[in-house]
Amino acid sequence: MRRMTVIWIVVSVVLDLLFYFLAGPHMPPGRMTTSAQSDQFDFNILMVVALPVLVGVWEFMLYALITWRSKRAGVAEPVGGPAAAGNRKAEVSWVIITSVAVVLLAVFGIVELIADQGSGGGEGPNPIWQPAGATTADAAALAGAGTWAPNSNDILVVQVIGQQWKWTYRYPTFGGFESQKLILPNNTNIEFNVTSLDVIHSFWAYQLEVKADANPLVNDVAFTKTVQLGKFVVRCSELCGIWHGSMYNYGKVVSQSDFLNWATATESKNAANTANLPAFAWTYVPDANGAAGGFYPDGNVTPYSSVETYGSKQPS
Amino acid sequence: MTKGGRLATVLGLFLVAVGLIVWAVASFIAPGVPGGVMSFTNTQAKGQPVHLTVQTVGSIGFGPHPTWVSYLVKDPKTGQWVHDTSWQLPSNTVIDMTVYQYDSGSPLRNQEFGQVQGVIGGKATLNGTPYSAYDSYTGSGVGHTFTVPSLSLSVPLVGVAGNNICGVAPCNSKYSRNIIKFSFKTPGPGSYNWQCIVPCALGYLFGNGGPMSTQNYMGGELEVVNA
Repeated sequence: MRRMTVIWIVVSVVLDLLFYFLAGPHMPPGRMTTSAQSDQFDFNILMVVALPVLVGVWEFMLYALITWRSKRAGVAEPVGGPAAAGNRKAEVSWVIITSVAVVLLAVFGIVELIADQGSGGGEGPNPIWQPAGATTADAAALAGAGTWAPNSNDILVVQVIGQQWKWTYRYPTFGGFESQKLILPNNTNIEFNVTSLDVIHSFWAYQLEVKADANPLVNDVAFTKTVQLGKFVVRCSELCGIWHGSMYNYGKVVSQSDFLNWATATESKNAANTANLPAFAWTYVPDANGAAGGFYPDGNVTPYSSVETYGSKQPS
Repeated sequence: MTKGGRLATVLGLFLVAVGLIVWAVASFIAPGVPGGVMSFTNTQAKGQPVHLTVQTVGSIGFGPHPTWVSYLVKDPKTGQWVHDTSWQLPSNTVIDMTVYQYDSGSPLRNQEFGQVQGVIGGKATLNGTPYSAYDSYTGSGVGHTFTVPSLSLSVPLVGVAGNNICGVAPCNSKYSRNIIKFSFKTPGPGSYNWQCIVPCALGYLFGNGGPMSTQNYMGGELEVVNA
C-alpha cells in the first residue's frame, strides 16, 4: 500500500508538471483574449486535478490485473475470495477526496466565471457581470453618440446579427455601419450584443472564447478583452438550417490604429447604404407579412405579425 | 467449422459491416448533387477569364416544384439552360458572371445585402450602369442575391417591375429582365457554398425553407479545382 501510494504521488506530480508547463500553454482556445486566457487556465487546472485521479485508477487497475490474474499459482480467486472483501477506509477516503475535489472545482469555476465578466459567455439582455463603463457605453451606442479612440479604455460595442446563413456586424460607434467582416482592436474591452433576424443561431468566436446564443427579439450580451493580434474563426453553433455548417467567417484582431483606420474608412464607404439601415437598436422586428417578405424593421408601417410564415396574410 | 475458420468468418463479416457503415456515412455526408456539376474548367485558355451565365426566375415552371424560385445556368458547351446550381470553376481565375434576372423584387430583410461586395473593382453593372449599392426600398426592390458567404462576395440582383414576368423557365428576352454583370476571382481549391440571401419561399417559416434550402434552386456549390 505504501509503495502504491508513493508511486501514485510521484507519477502524478511528474505528469502534472509536464502537462502544465509543456502542454498547458498550447491548450485551446489559445490566448487571444482575457476570456481565452482565463479558460485556458481553467482547463489546465481541471487537467491537473484530473490527472492524479486518472493515474490512481489506472495504477489500481494494473495492480489488479497483475496481482490477481487467474493463472498465477497460489493466488486465490479474487471473486468471492479474501481480496474481494470490502475496505471501509478505502471507500470513505475515495468518496471524501472526490467530493472535496468536486466542491473545490465548483467554487473555483464560479470565481473564474465572475472574475472575467462572464468569461465570454452570453449573459442575456441584462448582464450581471460587466466591465466598468458598460452601461454608459450602451446608452451612448443607442443614442448614436458612442465614441472609441485608441488608448482610451473605451468599451467598443459591436452588434452581431445572425441570419440564415451569414453573420453580419454592426458598429454603432461608427455611425452604425454594418459589415460582413468582424475586425476588432487589440487591448480593448469588447461588448458583443448578439441577436437574430430569423431563427435561433449561436455566435461562437472560437479563439476569442466568446459564445452567445442569437435569438430573435433577444439581445444576448457577452464581454471579453482582446490582448493578442491574430485571426479567429466565427462559427454558428446552433443548428439553423441547411447551410448551418457553412455559416462561418474569419475575423481579425488588429492594432488600435489599424482598426480606427478601417472603421472610419468603412463608415465613409458605406454611408449611403447605412442611411438605408434601420436605426441602431438591440433587436429588430422582422416584418413577416406579405409576399414582399420581411425586412428589419419595417418602420412600423405594419405591426409585427404573430404569424411568422413568409407570405401569409395578417389575421384580421 | 474450425476455430480459425470461425475467426476468419467473424473478422470478414466485421470488415464488411464497417465498410458498409463507412460507405453509408460518406454517402450521407457527400450525397452528390442532383443533376451533376456543370464544369467550367476547360472553357477558356488557362489564365483567361471564365464566363459564367445564369438566370434567376420567379417560378421554374417544371419538375417536382414548378412554383419554386430558381437559378439556372447556361451550359458553356451547348449554350442550353440547365437546372443546376453546382458549378466547377478553375482556381485563382477571374470569373466574369452575367445574371439575367427575371423575377420581381422587394425590400431586403437586411439592407446590408444591398451592397455589392467582394467583386473586382467593387462594382457590378445593372443594364450597363455601374452600381456599388442598391436601395431595396426604391424601384422594384431586390429580387435575389448571389452570395458566397465564405468569400465575402455578395451582389444584389435588382428586381423587375411586376408585369410581363416570366413564369416558366428558361426565360428569354421576351420577358422583363435586368442584366447584372460582375467579376470575381476564385480562391484556391475547395468547396464554397453560395446562396440567395433574400428569403422568398412563400409559405415557409421566415421564408427560408423550400427552394431556399434545396440544392438546385436558390443555393448551390462552387467547386473550385486546380485546372
